Amino acid sequence: MNQFQYVRPTKAQAAIDAVAKDANAAFIAGGTNLVDLMKRGVMTPQKLVDINRLPLRQIERVGTGLRIGALALNSAVADDRLVREKHPLLALALNAGASPQLRNMATVGGNMLQRTRCAYFYDVAMPCNKRQPGSGCGALEGINRMHAIFGFSDKCIAVHPSDMSVALVALDATVLLSGPKGDRKLAFADFHRLPGTTPERDTNLEPSELITAVEIPDSPFTRHVHYQKVRERASYAFALLSVAAALDLDGNTIKAARLAMGGVAHKPWRLAAAEQALVGQPATEAAFQRAAAVAMQGAKAFKHNEYKLRLGPNAIVQALKTAAAA
Amino acid sequence: MAANPEPDVPANHNENRRTFLKQSSLLTALALVPAPVVSAAEAKLDERVAESIEKVPLSLKVNGKKYKLSVEPRTTLLDLLRENLHLNGTKKGCDYGQCGACTVHVEGQRVNSCLSFAVMHDGQEITTIEGLADGDKLHPMQEAFVKHDGFQCGYCTPGQIMSAVACVREGHAGSADEIREYMSGNICRCGAYSNIVAAIQDVKQGGQKV
Ligand SMILES: Cc1cc2nc3c(=O)[nH]c(=O)nc-3n(C[C@H](O)[C@H](O)[C@H](O)COP(=O)(O)OP(=O)(O)OC[C@H]3O[C@@H](n4cnc5c(N)ncnc54)[C@H](O)[C@@H]3O)c2cc1C
Ligand code: SF4
Ligand code: FES
Ligand code: FES
Repeated sequence: MNQFQYVRPTKAQAAIDAVAKDANAAFIAGGTNLVDLMKRGVMTPQKLVDINRLPLRQIERVGTGLRIGALALNSAVADDRLVREKHPLLALALNAGASPQLRNMATVGGNMLQRTRCAYFYDVAMPCNKRQPGSGCGALEGINRMHAIFGFSDKCIAVHPSDMSVALVALDATVLLSGPKGDRKLAFADFHRLPGTTPERDTNLEPSELITAVEIPDSPFTRHVHYQKVRERASYAFALLSVAAALDLDGNTIKAARLAMGGVAHKPWRLAAAEQALVGQPATEAAFQRAAAVAMQGAKAFKHNEYKLRLGPNAIVQALKTAAAA
Repeated sequence: MAANPEPDVPANHNENRRTFLKQSSLLTALALVPAPVVSAAEAKLDERVAESIEKVPLSLKVNGKKYKLSVEPRTTLLDLLRENLHLNGTKKGCDYGQCGACTVHVEGQRVNSCLSFAVMHDGQEITTIEGLADGDKLHPMQEAFVKHDGFQCGYCTPGQIMSAVACVREGHAGSADEIREYMSGNICRCGAYSNIVAAIQDVKQGGQKV
């Protein structure tokens, strides 16, 4: 691994300044993604700014929502009483990710910013536009079993691997950022981006901007929720595809719905049209099937991921059925 | 359970290939690889290896013993324990967070020591497998692994035991299914899983202090 300078500020402003001063600097939180990528030579920061001493771990009520500090551990968020009471979907998604040990290290901010698991991105001997712009996309004509069916471009067909982010986009979360030019907020849905012609950029975060927290507004989705993750073994594997589903039921009638998919696009994929198709419908398998068909409109497969075109609607129906029965 | 936690990520042979690229001469390396790969290899060879190494002071408490150290920032907690402190009980299986062999407790919480830089733990308390027993008296979880044959080759065992102790302490050992889920971060190539679950259930039901 390359040598790097290491600094450990205790104030957010000092951390931001330290990264802003140096084009090759990076924040490090849990390290579970960055250390992995540094060992493989995929990321080679010359300076690491350890943000673990910043006071960004709290989980607290603010107004009519919940604010979760960027350094809150994935395990702490999943176990938090307020999170489980107000946003059980988030706890389910977090517990479906990685392993207990990794969740004890991984932070909310780091989880959002984890890079794709595309094998070509990970292998520095392979072409990859995300790792090295202009070198080509190895997956396009290569092994693309894990890759996108929505929102891709001819420059990159990778998917975002985070489970937590699928729940956060469904719950209409907001990301709080702090940078050299001050503070700002971004809707979670606008945080990650599609690859377009610049797949090297995963998100709309500016260089040296620090994620300070995520806010989730109160919602009626406190009971009928489910996170359906399909993977190649029972646990400790990334999603082939996942679905976050939440229903607000009046008897058997759907008053409101939230749906998002993971493992299908360069960003967590909110299914707004399918949500609309559910409103006013009875919570029946037939209605879920119709919504799933709406959700899959526009999906397109590559050589090895055609299975996702059938897995997608099945997982959506299964998630909605389980949510309705919860 | 399948053997590889992350099937889409290439295994260690890539690491070896990179080491090879770095060690062999530039010309040889470039002659061996197809054109699109060359630019990537060049970027890799640009490492500033000669740059002066700046060590950072580090205080740690490991298994109750205090250490004042000076380490390179790129030293992982796992390498520090094994190479610098000679605590070889903690194992390196994959070095990428995919197997759990390197599991230790930091401030009482189980973590993968391979994915963390040691300097990030300044002032913290670490417990490794060597710190679990009380003198010559094995920890109840160690006893239970012996009693239930919770291993074959034993390579994953230190990580399994550190994880198992945490699993019980966290309150995640309520049923065999819950144990399986909360022990999923520890891979056993010998497949001793059912005996490991039995050992944890035994400790949990025995009600001893872990
Ligand atoms: C074997 C394995 C299996 C996994 N399985 C899953 C899975 O099934 N599902 C899943 O969702 N994830 C999975 N993960 C990924 C894991 O969830 C992420 O690695 C983790 O969430 C990253 O968080 P971190 O705090 O460790 O980030 P770090 O590695 O510290 O940082 C990641 C990136 O975010 C930046 N960063 C961190 N915090 C901030 C901040 N506050 N502001 C600005 N930038 C910041 C860093 O500069 C870095 O670029 C797995 C990981 C491994 C190793
Ligand atoms: S899909 Fe994206 S990440 Fe994967 S090789 Fe192509 S450009 Fe790189
Ligand atoms: S050595 Fe495999 S997880 Fe750390
Ligand atoms: S006992 Fe051999 S790997 Fe588990």
